[in-house]
Amino acid sequence: MRIDCKHVWEHISAYIDDEVDAQLRADIDRHLETCEICSAVLDSTRNVVVLVADDRVFELPAGFSERLHERIDEEIIRAS
Amino acid sequence: MTAANPEFEAECIRRILGGEKQLFHELIRPCERAIYFLLLSLLKNETEAEDAAQETAIKVYLNLKNFRGDSQFRTWVLSIARNEGLGRLRKIGTRREDSLEAETNEQMGDYTPAILTSWREIPMEALEQKELGEILRKAIDGLPEIYRNIVLLRDIEEMDIRETATALGVSEGTVKVRLHRARAMLQRELAPQLKAFAPRRRGLFGGRA
Repeated sequence: MRIDCKHVWEHISAYIDDEVDAQLRADIDRHLETCEICSAVLDSTRNVVVLVADDRVFELPAGFSERLHERIDEEIIRAS
Repeated sequence: MTAANPEFEAECIRRILGGEKQLFHELIRPCERAIYFLLLSLLKNETEAEDAAQETAIKVYLNLKNFRGDSQFRTWVLSIARNEGLGRLRKIGTRREDSLEAETNEQMGDYTPAILTSWREIPMEALEQKELGEILRKAIDGLPEIYRNIVLLRDIEEMDIRETATALGVSEGTVKVRLHRARAMLQRELAPQLKAFAPRRRGLFGGRA
């Protein structure tokens, strides 16, 4: 089936997560082969997903873990 | 993120309840990041989020015997974190306007992607630059709360759709729809800015990577 750009955009997130069925994936792939715009939208969306997942983007505050585990130790002692 | 390991968790819980209490540190460690960022996305305040994260860990410890094992351990932990966060918001009486707005206007909004053809490569090396991290965090902070939570759990903590749905108390369908919109909003906001960080090796219409 031929699908249009809007249709592709609607499924981009599911496509990235591999949550589309085989037929839809094939339709989207065929569209991407000839559509420069949609393939760029797909690439840039995927890039955004990869970038936000990087641990360097979201770091815990300095000393967070140490303070958390100290607090847990206090509780372990208190509760026993 | 550390991958969930149900056998390790079950064994750990059994031993902690049997008296090896120090093992709780190892049990909770893989969940720390997710707890904190979920709470930060709810509370929008680092100090408050850290305090709530500590409180969550203590509640998990004290309620460990109630964990039934019918969901993943981390999912259970995150629902405790979410309740902790929501409880605090209720206490302050400030569920922020943007979240209410987004609940009612979920069908609205523009999810049309930014059209650009020159940004293809991921500027991973640019992550070393503070500026890029700032841009990404700012874009995520700018999302309405119902979308921000989903991005934090699904894309930042890389939880699967089902786990995200359980932790946030929404259906899997809702997670998918919101995730899609959130990513579309991020692409729209970020693609034009991130382009500047991309390596300039390719021509405007280079082939797909």
